[in-house]
Amino acid sequence: MVIEIFVAKRTVPLTGKGTQLVEMGSGDPHYSDQPFEVHLPDDVVRDRVENVDSDEKTNGVIRLTDLRKSYGEVRAVRGVDVTIASGQTVAFLGPNGAGKTTTIDMMLGLVRPDSGNVSLFGLPPSDAVRAGAVGGMLQTGSLIEYLSVRELIKMVGSLYPHPLDLEEVLDLTGTGDIADRKTTKLSGGQTQRVRFAIALIADPDLLVLDEPTVALDVEGRRDFWNAMQAVTARGKTVIFATHYLEEADAYADRIILMARGQIVADGPPSEIKAKVGGRTIRASIPSVHRETLESIPGVVSASQHGEEIVLVCSDTASSDGALRDLLHRFPEARNIDVRGAGLEEAFLKLTSEDDVDSDAMDESR
Amino acid sequence: MNGSTYLRYEMLRTLRNRRFLVFSLAFPLVLFFTIAGPNRHVQLGGIAFPLYYMTGMASWGTMTAVLSSGGRIAQERSVGWTRQMRITPLTTRSYFTAKVLSGYMMALFSIAALCLAGSAVGVRLTAVQWVTMIGLLLVGLIPFAVLGILLGHLLSVDSLGPALGGMTSLFALLGGSFGPIVTSGFLFSLVKCLPSYWLVQAAKSAIDGGGWPPAEAWIVLAVWTVVLARIASRVYQRDTARS
Ligand SMILES: Nc1ncnc2c1ncn2[C@@H]1O[C@H](COP(=O)(O)OP(=O)(O)OP(=O)(O)O)[C@@H](O)[C@H]1O
Ligand SMILES: [Mg+2]
Repeated sequence: MVIEIFVAKRTVPLTGKGTQLVEMGSGDPHYSDQPFEVHLPDDVVRDRVENVDSDEKTNGVIRLTDLRKSYGEVRAVRGVDVTIASGQTVAFLGPNGAGKTTTIDMMLGLVRPDSGNVSLFGLPPSDAVRAGAVGGMLQTGSLIEYLSVRELIKMVGSLYPHPLDLEEVLDLTGTGDIADRKTTKLSGGQTQRVRFAIALIADPDLLVLDEPTVALDVEGRRDFWNAMQAVTARGKTVIFATHYLEEADAYADRIILMARGQIVADGPPSEIKAKVGGRTIRASIPSVHRETLESIPGVVSASQHGEEIVLVCSDTASSDGALRDLLHRFPEARNIDVRGAGLEEAFLKLTSEDDVDSDAMDESR
Repeated sequence: MNGSTYLRYEMLRTLRNRRFLVFSLAFPLVLFFTIAGPNRHVQLGGIAFPLYYMTGMASWGTMTAVLSSGGRIAQERSVGWTRQMRITPLTTRSYFTAKVLSGYMMALFSIAALCLAGSAVGVRLTAVQWVTMIGLLLVGLIPFAVLGILLGHLLSVDSLGPALGGMTSLFALLGGSFGPIVTSGFLFSLVKCLPSYWLVQAAKSAIDGGGWPPAEAWIVLAVWTVVLARIASRVYQRDTARS
């Protein structure tokens, strides 16, 4: 499957934006970890962001092309290709260590990719960021001292060309009643709300949120997603990372499933849910063909290691049916185990099948 | 981007930092009053002791003020704020400029406090002398501002207190902030390579008038500034990993 994605994307010509879509290897002058970077003047950048041709807008405000990043031995991201259209809400879903944060950090220009290219609105991340087109909430990080919540949000808002109204942001993020507190006197969830407010006041075209609801209670989550919906209603593009399928399902138009540094599935929530949200049947059955297992009604995918077989079904009804069918066909089946597929499990299964392919790809490069 | 609001809040944050106020303002003042106060009529080689001591404390206090912007950078790095700022339109240059300017603001407060203290115990200077002293001090602080940025990227928050404290004391001591130092021989030529020596001389310009700045001073300051800036930009480039 991954091969298909790669091949498909590779053959797409990088239309029109030749100079901006140059490979962002080492020595790219636009990269924001340069000390005192030479930049285009502000107004030029802003102008370019606002007037990027409609082609770039409709075909993808965000384009990640074969992104790769290793930390020593750890291959954190290995070949991510994504195009995200304007106005979409996209969830990066994956277990710990999947490479979500690394991908997001490269998207924001915080981490330099080993190879591959990031283009936001047809610009390198550093230029898009400097034009105020991007707002974000990083996975790690807390607030600085000696300011009140209100002052801090205002300070960040002042850096952007058209910030949202402060009172509106306080209201949306539920920080109104802590607005006059010192930033150091907040609970974890309150801090998280303030961090969200900081991302929101920018009123950016692209909002990137890395596990935004992590420290929030139920009410906090509800407030958060209500605020998010107000944002997306204005046609903004939102990208968020999460561990929770339910969250991705409820709020995203599209889910990108990541595991071990790769995209293992990419599609609308209903499709992804069918792939990973279902139930897994495990059993020991001697000498059976994978094709046979896959032909059982209700089975989405099947794998086999010796006698151990694993069937993935999309929901309880289909796993019930599949189990009946399985026992009917293979009465000798032993060690039967049916459980809700943990995300991690589902991911690992999905990736382990593709691993070989992608390693071969790596070698052939 | 309108950087003025950002700068204003940066300065406000600096002023609200009590620990910092104590170190860069109160310490030199207390030392000045306890040491120069009782010796207000003492003459030291034809110079009134309070004047001599005021200039020493001014060099030390302003050095502390400017260097401590490094502490604030390290603090912001450690909580991940620097990364948050890197995804706003705020440029790296503006970020550092705001830090340096708020360090300089504290330095000015420190100078003002010491000058008032000096006047209180009888230091009398002409307007030209005051202006020359303050102007030269501000120039002499440039390498320390760059050193602050460098240390802010090299040090962890834990090691910062001792490192900054130790470094300012050492620089101040060797430069002559706390009292007379060697004035001849090999050691003296080493001391003359220190930016703090020239910072102290800048302050002392108020005493002897035309002693500063010789070409040597400008060269020492320029070399330190350039070398430190080079290292700082290296370290900054390396500093992309998340904390
Ligand atoms: N600075 C770093 N140095 C070394 N290894 C790193 C670094 N950052 C990330 N990694 C490794 O890269 C891999 C991907 O990490 P990443 O943070 O992108 O995952 P993630 O999907 O965001 O996980 P989580 O859900 O836990 O946040 C992990 O194996 C991690 O250990
Ligand atoms: Mg993460």
